[in-house]
Order: sequence, then structure tokens, then C-alpha cells
Amino acid sequence: MAAAHPRAMPSGTKRGTNPNLGLSTMDILETLEKRREAARVGGGEKRIEAQHKRGKLTARERIGLLLDKGSFEEFDMFVEHRATEFGMEKNKIPGDGVVTGWGTVNGRTVFVFAKDFTVFGGSLSEAHAQKITKIQDMAMKARAPIVGLFDAGGARIQEGVAALGGYGDVFKRNVVASGVIPQISVIMGPCAGGDVYSPAMTDFIFMVRDTSYMFVTGPDVVKTVTNEVVTSEELGGASVHTTKSAVADGAFDNDVACLLQMRRLIDFLPANNRDGVPEWPSFDDIEREEPSLDTLIPDNPNKPYDIKELILKTVDEGDFFEIADAFAKNIVTGFGRIAGRTVGFVANQPMVLAGVLDADASRKAARFVRFCDAFEIPIVTFVDVPGFLPGTSQEYGGLIKHGAKLLFAYSQASVPLVTIITRKAFGGAYDVMASKHIGGDINYAWPTAQIAVMGAKGAVEIIFRQDAGDKDKIAARTKEYEDRFLSPFVAAERGYIDEVIKPHSTRRRIARALAMLRGKSVEMPARKHDNLPL
Amino acid sequence: MFKRILIANRGEIACRVIKTARRMGIATVAVYSDADRDALHAQMADEAVHIGPPAAAQSYLDIEKILEACRKTGAEAVHPGYGFLSEREAFADALKNAGIVFIGPNPGAIAAMGDKIESKKAAAKAKVSTVPGHLGVIEDERQALKIAEEIGFPVMIKASAGGGGKGMRIAHSAAEVTEGFTRARSEAKSSFGDDRVFIEKFITDPRHIEIQVLGDKHGNVIHLGERECSIQRRNQKVIEEAPSPLLDPATRAKMGAQAVALAKAVNYDSAGTVEFVVGQDKSFYFLEMNTRLQVEHPVTELITGIDLVEQMIRVAASEKLSIKQDDVKLNGWAVESRIYAEDPYRNFLPSVGRLIRYQPPEEEKRDGITVRNDTGVYEGGEISIHYDPMIAKLVTHAPTREQAIDAQSSALDAFYVDGLQHNIPFLAALMAHPRWRAGKLSTGFIAEEFPRGFHGHDLSEADARVMAAVAAAIDFVAGERKRQIAGQLTGRFVTRERDRCVFLETIAGSTIAAPTEHPLSVARERGDIVARFGGDKTLALKSDWKPGERIWRGRVGDDDIAVQVRPLPNAFDLTWRGMRVRVHVYTESEAAAARLMPIKIAADSGKRLLCPMPGLVVSIAVSEGQEVKAGETLAVVEAMKMENVLRAEFDGVIKVVRAKPGETLAVDAVILEFA
Repeated sequence: MAAAHPRAMPSGTKRGTNPNLGLSTMDILETLEKRREAARVGGGEKRIEAQHKRGKLTARERIGLLLDKGSFEEFDMFVEHRATEFGMEKNKIPGDGVVTGWGTVNGRTVFVFAKDFTVFGGSLSEAHAQKITKIQDMAMKARAPIVGLFDAGGARIQEGVAALGGYGDVFKRNVVASGVIPQISVIMGPCAGGDVYSPAMTDFIFMVRDTSYMFVTGPDVVKTVTNEVVTSEELGGASVHTTKSAVADGAFDNDVACLLQMRRLIDFLPANNRDGVPEWPSFDDIEREEPSLDTLIPDNPNKPYDIKELILKTVDEGDFFEIADAFAKNIVTGFGRIAGRTVGFVANQPMVLAGVLDADASRKAARFVRFCDAFEIPIVTFVDVPGFLPGTSQEYGGLIKHGAKLLFAYSQASVPLVTIITRKAFGGAYDVMASKHIGGDINYAWPTAQIAVMGAKGAVEIIFRQDAGDKDKIAARTKEYEDRFLSPFVAAERGYIDEVIKPHSTRRRIARALAMLRGKSVEMPARKHDNLPL
Repeated sequence: MFKRILIANRGEIACRVIKTARRMGIATVAVYSDADRDALHAQMADEAVHIGPPAAAQSYLDIEKILEACRKTGAEAVHPGYGFLSEREAFADALKNAGIVFIGPNPGAIAAMGDKIESKKAAAKAKVSTVPGHLGVIEDERQALKIAEEIGFPVMIKASAGGGGKGMRIAHSAAEVTEGFTRARSEAKSSFGDDRVFIEKFITDPRHIEIQVLGDKHGNVIHLGERECSIQRRNQKVIEEAPSPLLDPATRAKMGAQAVALAKAVNYDSAGTVEFVVGQDKSFYFLEMNTRLQVEHPVTELITGIDLVEQMIRVAASEKLSIKQDDVKLNGWAVESRIYAEDPYRNFLPSVGRLIRYQPPEEEKRDGITVRNDTGVYEGGEISIHYDPMIAKLVTHAPTREQAIDAQSSALDAFYVDGLQHNIPFLAALMAHPRWRAGKLSTGFIAEEFPRGFHGHDLSEADARVMAAVAAAIDFVAGERKRQIAGQLTGRFVTRERDRCVFLETIAGSTIAAPTEHPLSVARERGDIVARFGGDKTLALKSDWKPGERIWRGRVGDDDIAVQVRPLPNAFDLTWRGMRVRVHVYTESEAAAARLMPIKIAADSGKRLLCPMPGLVVSIAVSEGQEVKAGETLAVVEAMKMENVLRAEFDGVIKVVRAKPGETLAVDAVILEFA
């Protein structure tokens, strides 16, 4: 990484070393360059090689890939820890285990800190924490996103409470910045103990498969306390956190794939909560029609179809960045663009559990909706939901509260909300999925929509309980119910649906609605903060 | 002339007939089953009549339902297309009794030619040269063996009622006769409800050449030259062309005369095809006569300028043929590819599903080159399990064979299908095959040239450079747009690095090869994007491609090409001339980092036998604990009425058998596991 620096002297000229003259300016510059070079090698070539052998890049290599070439400006390269216990005063490395600074991603400012595993295993000291908080403060002042790259061993034990204090300082700033600037955490190695809580409070966590893991207490402690024997991967690998715990929002095969996707994600994100979504020229006509969407809904109402096809055929150029793609697949969340501007998409996925809302799907979507709302990203919702998932495991798991999170998030959102009901919108789930009643601005339905309290079979069994034994009567009643309620028209008659639209025109309709809603403004009563059902 | 006709068929052929009828001012009636509610042919016709459930036997093969649809709509005549009822004597009879005209030959001609054994006798009588063989029905394996030995190996065992390669087996030895006889019989039974089979001599290294004939009800019969359909896979035609690169005018005239003689002998009064098996020495033997419009009829239409469907309708309406033999002039060359929903990388197993993307090349006539696409599907439509999985027939016509092949190749490159597996990569690879281009054909072509199946088309140095340059150009255009994102720092432009390293991985089915690296520099120079490789290798690219477009069309060096683009995170897949590659366009520092990344090996699925398509388990040939050798039969799965033999890919021991005969399996269901 040694950059070429201009030198005033022609090469080959020996500089004088007369001690009487003291250091020349050139000598001082050379000293700077030497110190920089020393700092850049971090923990030394051997450790860098070990890092590479593990399939991991170094902190500076990672920053080099994340940011535009040559744009990184490093801060606090020479910071060293101030600990004196356990012989630490003799063991100092410039930078102290974290590389911090700022640069650009496609020309837009991004602040970054990257744990340097080659220096004290990236462990957090007081000085190390101060480097991070400095960057956090700057990112807040500049109202620009901050990205943290994690690959570290936790607190520097030799520093005791000073390290813990450092963590606290970082946490507090994470919270203050939440909802003001996007904060992204990328786990690219170990991330344990105190290190996990800073990522946990940021907007997104991404992991690298096989080389990263996250947990509060590691396998050794787990074994001591619970006698449970697990590997780091089983306890907190990327597959665990992207599919089971939902701690992470995505995983990538390696450092390169991960960092390049972070650049792609940043292109979707606003710099802060005031600037609005980024825009770039779109090559996709907003009038583009997709006749194939007219046959997306299968004739059989119980047959699934892939809602992602609708998303991909709606967004500009088919470019969609999915968030939490491996968790609660019965709902799809992610970013796309319409007319070159970022839009958040939330969609029930009929391919998985018929697109039902369960606790996991509710909290996944709720968090996504709140991110979009915080950063003024309009939300498009595609609805095909048969209701909430019944059963003891759901009820015991707090479906009521988790479902309420999504209801709360949508009800609270003041960004443009455009909702399209493609097929089922049954029961309370109809209300939850950005219905008109909770603040949906434009609500369209496809002609195949069925907006009702429940499906025909269940409804007829309840309404016409007296006919239960009579097959013919039940069949007639079912037909009656289907004709009356399993269509978008009852809702449309009441104005709960603004219009019934042809599926092939969905993109144009959404684009027009979003354009019309550009200036949307909603007044909310003054309060300290709301009380989201956590 | 008829005022209204009904088309007793579906898919592309129904659409094709509707087009001609419409041009002639005849109203059209389509019929459709439950599975074809949204099918193109039902939408295209002036009227559409529902005729029952998806199963063909209860809809498209149900004579009574077709008659009822005729009565309901007042259709005066019925075009049967190909397949289904097209060669059923009973259907032609039923129509006749109902006073409806059958747009096809008279029942007598169908009867005479419909049975393969009877037709041979008729041919011999008409002095058409025939293949040595046994024309009687064969009772059992012993008799089959005896006859085979009399004729001499190799022999062919065929279903009497058959067609389209179903119920057909070639046997090189006594053992193969026994196995082939049983299989041919069971397939004949399941496909045609008729298990009669016969045996004849198999001509080594044969070519399949057929003569199109056309007769009227006034005793006139002409022929429209030949089609060569030697490129076949398991006796199913894959590529057809007209004329044949083998025939000379004299042979053509001889074959034509025999075909006409045979047609006249059976009072043939419609469009029909006399198929010959032809040796490399141009000796030819009568194979069978198809008393219907052939799938591959468009190639004849393009070189003769005659609309065969129009002629069929006119002669059915008792018009006299207006074309004399001398009027028939063969002009230029036509090539047809059959595009099927089947996976070329998995031994061509049928694939079904929704056509998420279906973007065929534009049909056009330009600079002496014609592109025609006969199709019955559309984007958002479905290829269902119930019928033939054909997606389209792509036909190109040009003054010379080479030009027609080049045009076919370009058209295939621009044929974009997503949502299911299809054979376009294989067809594109065939178009580039030197032996095909040289016209050195035989029906064994595919088996000989692709003995281990199709695994993608190898990339030459030059091909790889083209792909890398296109990838770099795509990345370049995407990069230009990224630099226009709002909210950038002012006063400092993001500088673009010129040097790139393209990592290129060849894809064949689900296998991805290790990447090869292609360093290059890329820049825009006077509108063109120029890619400079090491040495003095430079490619200038001119294209209007914009992000989001699925086909990159442009000029690379001196060639106009079309490359299909499928974006992925950090990469895209490019498809061109049967080659599929995954490309990552890296800057130098990204490339350096990518080289440090560990190579991850995907989880091993080789230890299991997965059901390659949705289908019915016919039999399981092995049991638990059994040792098997590569190539041995493991199980037979029936899908689309075809029995697919699943063989071991390697030597091993069977650990568990998961599926049972009679069970219906989904794609990728586990049939058995190896130890």
C-alpha cells in the first residue's frame, strides 16, 4: 500500500547529514513518511500473511475496496494506547488496532472504521475507542453514513474498565446517530463480547460466510456454564445469524464480495435523515408495461407464485437489494429504485408459508419499515397475505406483540406509502399491510384481489353454521361468499381501495403515485418518543 | 371457400394455422383444455371453445368433444395440425359422417399410410425402394430375436402406430433386441395404446431426408423438394433444413418421383411427407409416410414460397392445385431449430414452468435474410407437464446454407428465455459445430459428437476475449452511470481507473469452472468503448446497451453480435453462441484481493440420485446394498410420456432407496442415496 510521494530531490542525490545543521525540512518529511509506512504495516508482515491465509483481508485492504480508489483519508494513524499494566508500555503499535477515516463511495462521503486484527487482535483499548468515537462524531457533524468493519477479539483485558468505558462511549454514539445517519456494520472475523453491541445498534449487519462469527459469550464460556459443546460457527456463524437469530441482514461468500455489495447498498441509501434518497439517471422507462404480470396470479388460489418476480419487474432495471433474504422468507424486504430514486419494498411471499404473517416476518418487516421511514425512503407494499399464523408456538412466542410491531411501524410511517394488493388480504393482516386505514397513501388492488375477513371455507362454516351438514347448501353459500367478498370490489365500493388496476400497469401506477407523493408532509403530535411494543 | 374452420390442436401449430386462415379471410375457432385457458392459440382465434380437463385423452384427443365444438360454432372444416388426432382415421371418418371437412387426406389414405407395416406394403407395390425387414407383427421376444438374426444386425424395433421416436429402439446384439423389444412395446402401449411393433434393418450412418408432397382431390400430386432432418436426439428431430446438403438434382428428382408415385397410389389429397432413410452414398429407402403437416414444414415454405397450410385448406375445399411441378423452384436455404423446454446439461430432461422471460428475436425479412419464429407461448405463459414441451420453432432463410446458419446462430443468441431450462445453448453450440457446418450429417450426429452429453461449448482464446471485452464494456457503462449519482462531493471528481481484470468462469449447468483472468484496459474513444488486452490485441466495441437491457447488441471488432446478460451480485452471466460464462469485472486492487479469497466448494450432491424432473417412478432397478457400475440403470422415471432411464454416473454402493415405483416425484426429490 506504500503510495508514491513526490520528492523534491532528484533520485540518487545523497542528502547531507551534517549534525550541526539539524534536520532539514526534507528530513522531517521523510520521517513522516517512515512513520506512516511503519503504521501502515500494522501488526507486521507475518500477521498480515496469517490474515490472508485465513481468507481475510487486512483492515486497510478492506477500506481500499470499500471506498473509491485514492479517496481514503486516514485519521489518528499514530495513536497508541496509554496502558502501563502487564508490560503493555513496552508493547505499542501505531494505530492501536483500528484504522479510521473517511472517503467516498461513488463520490459520496462515507466514514469508516476497520478493526485491525493484526494489531493486538483488534482488541479495544481506551485509545482505540477514542479513535472510533472521533469518527462517529465527525460522521454526525457531516451527516454522512458510517461503516464499521469488525474483526477483533473484544476488549483489551489489560486495560480493564478503561476499555469497558470505551465501549460505552461508542454505544452511546451509535444510539444518538440512530435514525440520523445510516450506520452499517460488517462482521469480517470474530466479533464477541462487548464488540457485538455496537453492531447490534446499527441499521444493518452483514457477515462473511465461514470467516466471521458473532456472540456475546464464546464456546469456552458456554461449555463452562452450560456444558453445551458448540463451535464458533454453530454458535454465531453467518448461517445462524442470517437464518435463525436474524441478528444479521445478509451474508456474503468472502471479503471482496461483501465489500463490493456494501458499495452497492450505499448507492441506495440517503446520506442522512434530511437529504432524501439519492437519485441517478434511470434507463428504465417508467411507462414500461409488463404484460406477463397479467398471468402472475395462478388460476388456483391455493397455488403459490414468486412475489420477487413482481418486484424485479417493477423496479428500475430489475435491480433489487434484498435485506434479510434468508430469514422469515414469507416476507420480502429490500431496496429498489423507481425513476432512479430509492424505494423500500415490503412484500408477502406466497412461495413460503403462503405468505402468512408470523412473529419473525412481522419483526423483520417492522424493522425495515422503520429504517425507511427514518431516512425518508418511500415504501411500496405488495400484499398477498392469508392472515396471521395460528398456533401455540406463535402465540407463546408473542405473535401479538411482534405483529403489533409491524402495525405500529406502518401506522407511524410518514413517508409515501403505496400499497398494491395482488391477491389475498385477509383479516387483521389486511389492516397491518399498509392499508388505507393506518396511513397508506395510495392503495391499489389487482382484479385478482380478495379483501375479506377470511377465506370462503372458514367464513361459510361460521356464518352458516346451521347448514354444516348440508353439502349442497354449503357449496351454494361458499359460492355466494366468494362472489361477494373474494374480490376487490367490496373494498373499492367503500373507497378503501383507490382503484383496481391492471397488473401490467403496476410499475407506471407506482411511479406516478410516488411522483405525486414527493412532497408528502404529515404532522405528528409533539412527544418525547413513542412506545413501540418491543 | 370455408367461412369458418376449427383447429383441433394447440400450441405453435394452432397459432400458425390461425395466421394463414386469417390471411385468407377465414374465421377461426380454437379449442382448449383447462391447462390452456390462457394459451396463446385460444387468445388468437376468433372464438375459443373449452373442451375439458388437461389430459389429452379427455380433451384434444376426444373426437366427440371436437365434433361438439364444431357444431357449436358452425365450423365447416377442421385442421388437425400435427400429433393429437391428425393421423387418426377414426377422426377423419367421424368428421366425414358429421358433414365436416377434414383439412387433411381422405380416411383411406390415412389408413393406408398410418400403419407402418401396411404403408411398407403399399410402398413396395408402388415400386418405392424399401428397407429390408419383417413387415409382420411380432408376437414375442423369441420371434423378435429370430427375425433380427435373419435380417442381420443392427436392426430397428419400432412401434407400428408410432411416431416421433416414441417406442423406437436400435439393437446391435441379441441382448439388445430382448431389452429393446420389451421397452418399445411398453412405450408403444403407453403412448399409443397399441403395443404392436415390427423390426427392420438399420442402415448404418444413415441420413433422414423427407419429401414434401401435395395432392388435391382431382388426382394431381406434386412434390416440393426435400428436407433433411438428420440432426436428431433419441430419434427426435432437433434441427431441420431444406434443401439437403447431400442431394443432387438427379437424386432429388428420383426421390420426388417415388414420393409422388406413392401418394398417387393411395389417392393422397393433401399435404404429406414421405420419409426416407438415405445412405451416405445417396441410396435411399422408404421409411414411412406422414399423412399430416410436419413440424418442420416451415423450411419448405421458406425455400418454395408456398404456404402449405393455405394449400391444405384450398385442396380440402376441393380446389384444384394451382401449382404445377415445374412451378416449384427451390430458392436459397432454410434452417429450423426446435426450441424445447428441456435441460441440455441434464441429459435433456424435460423442464416445466412459467416463462418468466420470453423474448424471441424479432421476425423480419432484411437483406435477403428471413427470421421466422413459430411459437405458441408468450412471456408469462406456462410450459405445462401435460403436453409437448416445445417453446418455439426458430427458422431462418438466406441465399446460402452458410448464411442461413449464421442467421440462425445470431437469432438463437438473441432468443432470451428465463424461468425454465431450455435447449438454446445446445442449439447454438450445434450451429457453431464444424461438422454440421460442413453438412457431414447422419442421424448419429449428436450421439457421436456429444458422447457424454452436452457440457457447454468450449471457449477459444478469441471467444474468451470477446466475452471479457463485452463484460468490461457493460461494467464501463454501469460505472458511467454510477458517477452520476446525486450527492457527490464537489470539487473532486471520482477518477476512473482504466485497468480492469475480468475473471471469467465457464458455466455448464450447475458446474462452474475455476476462473481465467483477462487483464485489459478499457476507455471510451470517440463513442466506442475500446478494450485493450496485453500485446497489441485490441477490440473496439460499439453498442447502445444500457443498464437493465437483457441483450447486449453491438459490434465487436468486425462482428455484429448479441450477448445475453443476466446480472448477479458482483458479477453477471453472459451467454453467447452456446457458451455461458460468469464474469466478474474487477479493478486491479479488487482483483488482487479476489486472488487471496479462498475457493469454496459447494456441498456435494453427487452422493444422491435426484429426480431430474417431475414425473412418475416406473421402476427402481437396484436395491439397498447393491454395488453399481457407472452407466448402470438405477431407475426409470416417466415424464411427458417418455421413459427416462436414470443411470449411475459413477461406481458405488446403494445406501438407501427412497422412492417407490408408482410414486409421483417432484423435481430434485431424492430417489436413492449412495454410501
